[in-house]
Amino acid sequence: MDLDFTAEERSFRRQARDWLAAHVPAVPLPSLETAEGFAAHRAWERRLAVGRWSVVSWPAAYGGRDATLLQWLVFEEEYHAAGAPGRVGQNGISLLGPTLLEHGTQEQRDRVLPPMARGEVIWAQAWSEPEAGSDLASLRSTATRTEGGWLLRGQKTWSSRAAFADRAFGLFRSHPGAPRPHQGLTYLMFGLDAPGVTVRPLARLDGKPAFAELFLDDVFVPDADVVGSPGDGWRVAMSTAADERGLTLRSPGRFTAAARRLAALWHSCGEDADPSAADRVADALIGARAYQLAAYAGAARAAEGGAPEAGASSLTKVFWSELDIALHETALDLLGPPGEAAGGPWAEGWVFALAGPVYAGTNEIQRDIVAERLLGLPRGRRR
Amino acid sequence: MRFLPTVEQADFVHALDRMLAAAGTPEAARAWAAGEHAPGRRLWARLADAGLFALAVPEAYDGYGPRPVELALAFVELGRHAVPGPVAETVAAAELLDALPDPGPAKEWLPRVAAGRAVLGLAAPEGGHALDADAADAVLVVSGDRLLLARDHGPVLASLDPVRRLAVPQEGTAAVLATGPAVAAAAARAADRAALVTAAQALGVGLALLARTVDHVRRRHQFGVPVGSFQAVKHRLADTLIALEFARPLLHGAAVTGTGADVAAAKVACGEAAYRAARTALQLHGALGYTAEYDLSLWLTKARALRSAWGTPARCRARVLAQTPG
Ligand SMILES: Cc1cc2nc3c(=O)[nH]c(=O)nc-3n(C[C@H](O)[C@H](O)[C@H](O)COP(=O)(O)OP(=O)(O)OC[C@H]3O[C@@H](n4cnc5c(N)ncnc54)[C@H](O)[C@@H]3O)c2cc1C
Repeated sequence: MDLDFTAEERSFRRQARDWLAAHVPAVPLPSLETAEGFAAHRAWERRLAVGRWSVVSWPAAYGGRDATLLQWLVFEEEYHAAGAPGRVGQNGISLLGPTLLEHGTQEQRDRVLPPMARGEVIWAQAWSEPEAGSDLASLRSTATRTEGGWLLRGQKTWSSRAAFADRAFGLFRSHPGAPRPHQGLTYLMFGLDAPGVTVRPLARLDGKPAFAELFLDDVFVPDADVVGSPGDGWRVAMSTAADERGLTLRSPGRFTAAARRLAALWHSCGEDADPSAADRVADALIGARAYQLAAYAGAARAAEGGAPEAGASSLTKVFWSELDIALHETALDLLGPPGEAAGGPWAEGWVFALAGPVYAGTNEIQRDIVAERLLGLPRGRRR
Repeated sequence: MRFLPTVEQADFVHALDRMLAAAGTPEAARAWAAGEHAPGRRLWARLADAGLFALAVPEAYDGYGPRPVELALAFVELGRHAVPGPVAETVAAAELLDALPDPGPAKEWLPRVAAGRAVLGLAAPEGGHALDADAADAVLVVSGDRLLLARDHGPVLASLDPVRRLAVPQEGTAAVLATGPAVAAAAARAADRAALVTAAQALGVGLALLARTVDHVRRRHQFGVPVGSFQAVKHRLADTLIALEFARPLLHGAAVTGTGADVAAAKVACGEAAYRAARTALQLHGALGYTAEYDLSLWLTKARALRSAWGTPARCRARVLAQTPG
């Protein structure tokens, strides 16, 4: 058991650090949840891609560096330590991208991945519906067979960044007679500017038009944009969900960097520091270190070809989402009344962190998964 | 980087687990609580045969240590099986004796520790009480810049964990083993080692509590279904697992780096996770959990004692904070 990085890993870290030091904008970009910020972040994705840092874990053929999981963790540590911008392309890069690498056709990969890596096409995830949240399999939007493709009908909601994004990927009921709700679903990609799509932005807690609801009225999708086989969408989507909850959505680097900033904030408060916050600052440091070390262990296991345990990403998701809230709450407490002013990194981070236990499958659902898959407890009644 | 136990380490842990499972540790613990040390000493001899104490002793004194990673892994098993006695203290005392500039005391005691023939107590700096002084061959006491070796102790007091017995070593009749500034440095190293293996022991206690509770709620039926199918029950156990599983890498990390901040972080996380596991285990066992004669009680009270031993959560958190650059 060791924590010694190889010469190759150290050199990878140095390269990332040097590139970021030379390229991270000196002034933070405007919030990516606004039109102006979205454009600025899109330009940042392009710069990342030019430096070949936008999708480090992807194959080189699609703009990546074939990075190992450990190298990706290293990159993320450097990325967040450098205070680099949030990733507007994240839904595509960390959800659809890996799904296409696993389930897509060669034609789809060649067509979809490069522009995704360059930030030219920003993707939104269209899974949730007004009547299908935690119980995603109850979704009602339909895909109906037509000449050369499918026609989408129905409504999707809470689709992050869909107000400004270019395309979306989602699940649709394509085989209405299927015996069980998660059967007969198809995973499709569609344009948000396609005829029949109406995008209505939804302001989030801080008023920014971050997500949107989508109304779909006979939107045509060619067969080429079906991911996996028609009717097999649930299985395809579940491989995406494990990525979403686990490491790739919230890399440890994000929390180690934030915890260090929190500690600096604590030290800078000196005599004035809220004494009751000290333990919580320490707990944030401890939690971030725990997550970092757990990820290193996971990377070591992956390097040996070990698959993560079923349900492991659920355990991870509950941990980081609660850590994120605790960290930001503590920072706001330390700041006192000035912390109320919107726009600062802690205030913005707090608003964002509050959603963590809700999106990517609520923490209640994740706890069920942990209890049933990892502890082997009996399934209870879901409804 | 390979932040995972090696095959040899995993094999060692399995062997220890099998040996302890077969050794009847709960009975030894109960006898120990009654002041009867023979079964516990026999258990110590078997642990020594498995190589446990040699991990704490340098090669020069017939050991193959110090090996903090293997010690940490092993102490998780000691916790899981509720091994009685001042195991953490003996390992830490070995560290202390080895760190002294004068090799005399190490030469005298460490080969015996490695062979499992010496049980050493170590008085915690904050408390004054030494664990299981009545069962120890000698107790090390740091007093100012002097290191004392006490063979006698005051009256034995009960701990809230009946298996842990507390006494104040008698300094009056103690021998002076060393004096000078090196004593404090050696004592600090020993305290870190004690904190590390106590954290490991706590993690093991927490894992045992969780495993027993999962087992119980699967079997216990109320309202016509296993109580483990109720969501309130499941979620508490899921949280218990999450806390333990994120304490484990901290423990491993602390064993690898040995830094004060990492050791303190591991102590907080393992201690808190185990204590929460104890609260959950008691609750989900119902009144059975409150019953001393049911073996669960051995782990329940130990979780509380280990939480404070060798670094309270508050002291450890302060240390993490102080050692993080601002
Ligand atoms: C910031 C943000 C971004 C999002 N981005 C996207 C996106 O890009 N694309 C997308 O498709 N969706 C997105 N979502 C939606 C998200 O996936 C859903 O909110 C989530 O799945 C929960 O569904 P719901 O909101 O309908 O809550 P509900 O399912 O109605 O749940 C309400 C409450 O009941 C609890 N509950 C429900 N069922 C159970 C049960 N069986 N046991 C115990 N408790 C239960 C839930 O845990 C929750 O606390 C986003 C949400 C947020 C907040």
